[in-house]
Amino acid sequence: MINRSLKLPISLKVSISIFIVFWLIIAAFPFIWTLWGSFKIEADFFSKADWMNALFAPRTIAEKGGAFTGDGYYGAWVQENFWQAVINTTLVCFFVVGTSLTIGTLGGYALSRSSYKYTFWLLITALIFRAMPPITLVAGYLLPFYEWNLWGHLATTVIVLVAINQPFTLWMLHSFFQKIPKELDESAKVDGCTQFQAFRHVIIPVMWPGVITTGLFSFLLAYNDFAITSMLLSQNNQTMVPKIASFMGTTQTEGNVMFAVAAVVSTTAPLFIMVMFFQRQIVSGLTAGAVKG
Amino acid sequence: MKHKTFFWFFLPTASAMLLFIALPIFSIVIQSLFTPHDAVIIVTENCDPFGCKQETTIDQEATRDLRKSEPLGKFVGLEIYKDRGHLAVNEVKEIWIESNNFTEFKKNIGNLPFYRAMAFTLTFTFTVTPLMLVFGFIIALAVNSLHHNLKGLTIFFSLLPMIVSPLIGSLVLFWMIDSRGIIGEALQYVFEDPDLSLKASTGLTWVMLIVYGVWHAAPFSFVVFYAGLQTLPMDTIESAKIDGASRLQQVWYVVIPHLMPLITFVALMQLMDNFRVFEPIVGFSAEAHAQSLSWFIFNDLGGETRLLSSAATSSVLTIIGVSILLFPVLIRTWRDFNEKSAK
Repeated sequence: MINRSLKLPISLKVSISIFIVFWLIIAAFPFIWTLWGSFKIEADFFSKADWMNALFAPRTIAEKGGAFTGDGYYGAWVQENFWQAVINTTLVCFFVVGTSLTIGTLGGYALSRSSYKYTFWLLITALIFRAMPPITLVAGYLLPFYEWNLWGHLATTVIVLVAINQPFTLWMLHSFFQKIPKELDESAKVDGCTQFQAFRHVIIPVMWPGVITTGLFSFLLAYNDFAITSMLLSQNNQTMVPKIASFMGTTQTEGNVMFAVAAVVSTTAPLFIMVMFFQRQIVSGLTAGAVKG
Repeated sequence: MKHKTFFWFFLPTASAMLLFIALPIFSIVIQSLFTPHDAVIIVTENCDPFGCKQETTIDQEATRDLRKSEPLGKFVGLEIYKDRGHLAVNEVKEIWIESNNFTEFKKNIGNLPFYRAMAFTLTFTFTVTPLMLVFGFIIALAVNSLHHNLKGLTIFFSLLPMIVSPLIGSLVLFWMIDSRGIIGEALQYVFEDPDLSLKASTGLTWVMLIVYGVWHAAPFSFVVFYAGLQTLPMDTIESAKIDGASRLQQVWYVVIPHLMPLITFVALMQLMDNFRVFEPIVGFSAEAHAQSLSWFIFNDLGGETRLLSSAATSSVLTIIGVSILLFPVLIRTWRDFNEKSAK
């Protein structure tokens, strides 16, 4: 690769660099801009007079005495109880990832170790389920959930998210388990282990890279979901994303769009950190399905 | 693995999917055939010296009881599918008869809410998918020629638009293209039109949503193609070079054929995923100009009166749409599997 890039003519090199810079600006600038703007007041971040106001913040200085203000964050976290949504999201994500990995590894392992034809049909069914937009299922949930008073609780949402997550988890873990040689657990079974013992003592110790990658995607699904969480959670139990959407309804009239800006930054920050630490796993997860298929 | 062992290993995940995916699908099909009971009406006759008057009142209690005892409502068959909010069979027939030519027919059909949503969903799906493939491919080629140390950093920033929730991503862009935001003001300056607002016109709203869609999805194709480029057969490239192939010809005749399976994979996945577009419409508050099928369902379900039957009907129609897009994926998986088992 390196000697090939050395051979690039200078004009091509320059245009590639320009393109990359252009793409990086498109990809990252909106986030940096929003982060910067979240510390201003609305009159500066949304300035009719001059966009430079968002940079130098004359109104923020005039009103708050400094170029940066934490008012948006205070408003969102304290006044509008965004902290509650943060706790809810943490709970939902933790239980979704935990449950979906537990039942997903069992299922994915079984699929990879059985040679009967029905495993194929199960995988095809999972693929069909994976294609269903989650919002189309919501109408089916609401009636029984109302009848049995299950609507609005975090636990219900966790179970629904786990189920919606299963098809993807199964496919991913299935392909990871297929890379673990069958001889490993076969030999354990020859030594007298049951299938479950072989799984417990031989497979679990070596499966972690695949499980961590799959876990990251389960986490992302739970963290980013809007369709299910906005429909199935009551006001008090809302997670961060539907909470932000509800800000849009209430705060725009009060001129407090900055609450929403601050909430968006607060929600995005953990994702940034996650990508920073798990970039390699995310990339390998995205490509796992593709390269295999 | 024995059938019995397999069963126990697979039971938890199977029951989760059965209860919360298969059963709801079945349930929405049933629900779409029922509609809530009409209110129970009592007709009373009030007579006074000047004659008798019939008065109709709603029996609140009886209505509530009836609706509670049969929450599904009454069976109406395919009526909801045919009503104005969905397939609008009668309206379409009328328009067909009244319209003089196809353009007029198309224009009038566009006034029916379901067809309008359908039009946007299909436009979005079939513009975003090719654009994100091309854009992702170019980024992948460019990043691949970068110096090793820069690659990681570029990939990090490239992942951001994809990793954030679509709602948040669209809000972030929405605030920038607001007429008081940085991009909005830049556009006003460029076009010398101080009243220019992307939110005000249907065409611009669609463009805005499509741009968002590409921004959000390009990282996915980029990452997949970039991984594919790492396995590029260098000797084929070398021999193409010796044969005098230009750089463009190398890309066209060697790189693209090598990536073809990945391109099909990404395209098929994206067709299905873009078909469910919905969060950006909420984020951009674009519902006045652009509605998608998913947004349609969301709208029925939200608010004070939850229109479950209507939402269920839209859901069934959406699932039919997804199934059509899903078909090539299934055929591909089937073929792959048979090839593998033939080996």
